[in-house]
Amino acid sequence: MTFSQKVLSRASGKDVVTGDIVQAKVDLAMSHENSTMVLSSFRDIGAEKIWDPSKVVLLFDHRVPANTIKTAEAHREIRLYAKESRLPNFYDLGEGICHQVLPEKGHVRPGMLIVGSDSHTTTYGALGAFSTGIGATEMAAVWATGEIWMRVPETLRIHVRGKLKPHVRSKDIILKIIGELGADGADYRCVEFTGNTVDSMSISSRMVLSNMSIEMGAKAGICFPDGTTDRWLTDRIQGWDNVETDFGQNSTPDEEEKFDISTLVPQVACPHQVDNVCNVTNVEGIRIDQAVLGSCTNGRLEDLEAAEALLRGRMVHRDVRFIVVPASREIYIEASRRGILASLASSGAVIVNPGCGPCLGGHQGILAAGERCISTTNRNFRGRMGSPSAEVFLASPDTVAASAILGKITDPRKV
Amino acid sequence: MLTGKVWKYGDHVNTDLIIPGRYLDNYDANHLAAHAMEDIDPSFASLVKCGDIIVAGRNFGCGSSREQAPLALKASGVGAVVATSVARIFYRNCINVGLPIIICDIADDLSTGDTIEIDLSVGEIYINGTGKLISFDPLPDFLLDILERGGLIAHMRTQISL
Repeated sequence: MTFSQKVLSRASGKDVVTGDIVQAKVDLAMSHENSTMVLSSFRDIGAEKIWDPSKVVLLFDHRVPANTIKTAEAHREIRLYAKESRLPNFYDLGEGICHQVLPEKGHVRPGMLIVGSDSHTTTYGALGAFSTGIGATEMAAVWATGEIWMRVPETLRIHVRGKLKPHVRSKDIILKIIGELGADGADYRCVEFTGNTVDSMSISSRMVLSNMSIEMGAKAGICFPDGTTDRWLTDRIQGWDNVETDFGQNSTPDEEEKFDISTLVPQVACPHQVDNVCNVTNVEGIRIDQAVLGSCTNGRLEDLEAAEALLRGRMVHRDVRFIVVPASREIYIEASRRGILASLASSGAVIVNPGCGPCLGGHQGILAAGERCISTTNRNFRGRMGSPSAEVFLASPDTVAASAILGKITDPRKV
Repeated sequence: MLTGKVWKYGDHVNTDLIIPGRYLDNYDANHLAAHAMEDIDPSFASLVKCGDIIVAGRNFGCGSSREQAPLALKASGVGAVVATSVARIFYRNCINVGLPIIICDIADDLSTGDTIEIDLSVGEIYINGTGKLISFDPLPDFLLDILERGGLIAHMRTQISL
């Protein structure tokens, strides 16, 4: 059985094959600010209580602290609902981005079936969970019943081998893959990332791969659990004991793609599509107005460390706003403890509170007409980060930091 | 049977183009309708008529899970979306909010302003004026059922009351 077949067989209580449509039991359901839409639909359905409050996680991350009166009122509604309903897993606006916070708090385990009312819910695949995004109304139905219909997806195995060169990171790998396969290259399928490059990656780096699987249309994007996963979970889940080891690693995928990344150079996704990818050398020298380091893709400790290492003792270019958004409170504290935040601030970075920041154009760094931004985030769609005439380039933390220093898109290997 | 005038778009029309993130702090249907397709076609919201049909190429609705995307289209009067392929969350969201969504490679045969007729249960699209009839795989019955009830909320109500 493939990974998808194994998880969906367990979740539906019968042996499934690819293409089956099953009614599956959900192990974990996550919602952020759109909980207000979920709650509204939940009430419209006529449901009285959440099927299993211990399996629902709510938190705020998209617009924190509240950026408008509307947001403040929406936050208040959910805050009150969580309190009145005694939801055990409600995190208010202080914790950070859902896709970092849920793994950190030990909610995510290998083999789980997880749904979230956010497209980047695929991130939890880095820990071996089958994890996918759904809409708000569908989440309301999950709250009511704990179940969802799922089609058992085909499997696309992406085998990545080779050792990365300095200043080349998992972000460059996933951009390269999306550039090659296209924005719908993995449509509806479960992507399995394998190979010695993935084996040697940290969980944070694997999260980048799983996170951006959705940018090629994947239903889920997983890395098979291994010793690294086990160590990570041991630190997060009290009494964590790895009992399951067969996740379908030896199954035959429907399709396999191979990438040798030993000569890969830093990649950049150019406006206005994530699959519009080229080598950084093709776009070097393009002037930028803003650089953003953060998001559920690249706001983790190793990302902040990489940027700080390049910026240490230097200044952000005077024509650039460099916005840094740690992905979670835990990361914020650890980066602070290690002096990374002080160093970045000394170099001229503007450090904002953990959350989604400017990624989706809500606040904290919206672009004016005609402005250009290089960002470690995950989408460069027209209008994504502000004005529809602004441009967003996506790149790794190294490339973004190097570009912030020189005020133009810069190859981090040359700084 | 759905009949409407075509609004034609290309490949990879993402959810930020359908409803930009800057409008997502307000879920009011009229607000969403007023900004539908704003960043790809600023004239759309003011000119779209009830029952009009969006016809597009590959990967329509890619990107965010925001249900406001199909809601904005539905609120603006759009009666159906027909695309060569559709991103999966958008596809599910359409069914769940009661907006018919059809996977059919028809964009090359059509221009904005053409009129088409769609038979959802049989799986046929008829192009007025050319006499051309194109088949597509009809939705599975359980999804047609959700659509016929107007979306998942109404469908769930009947489930809960059973």
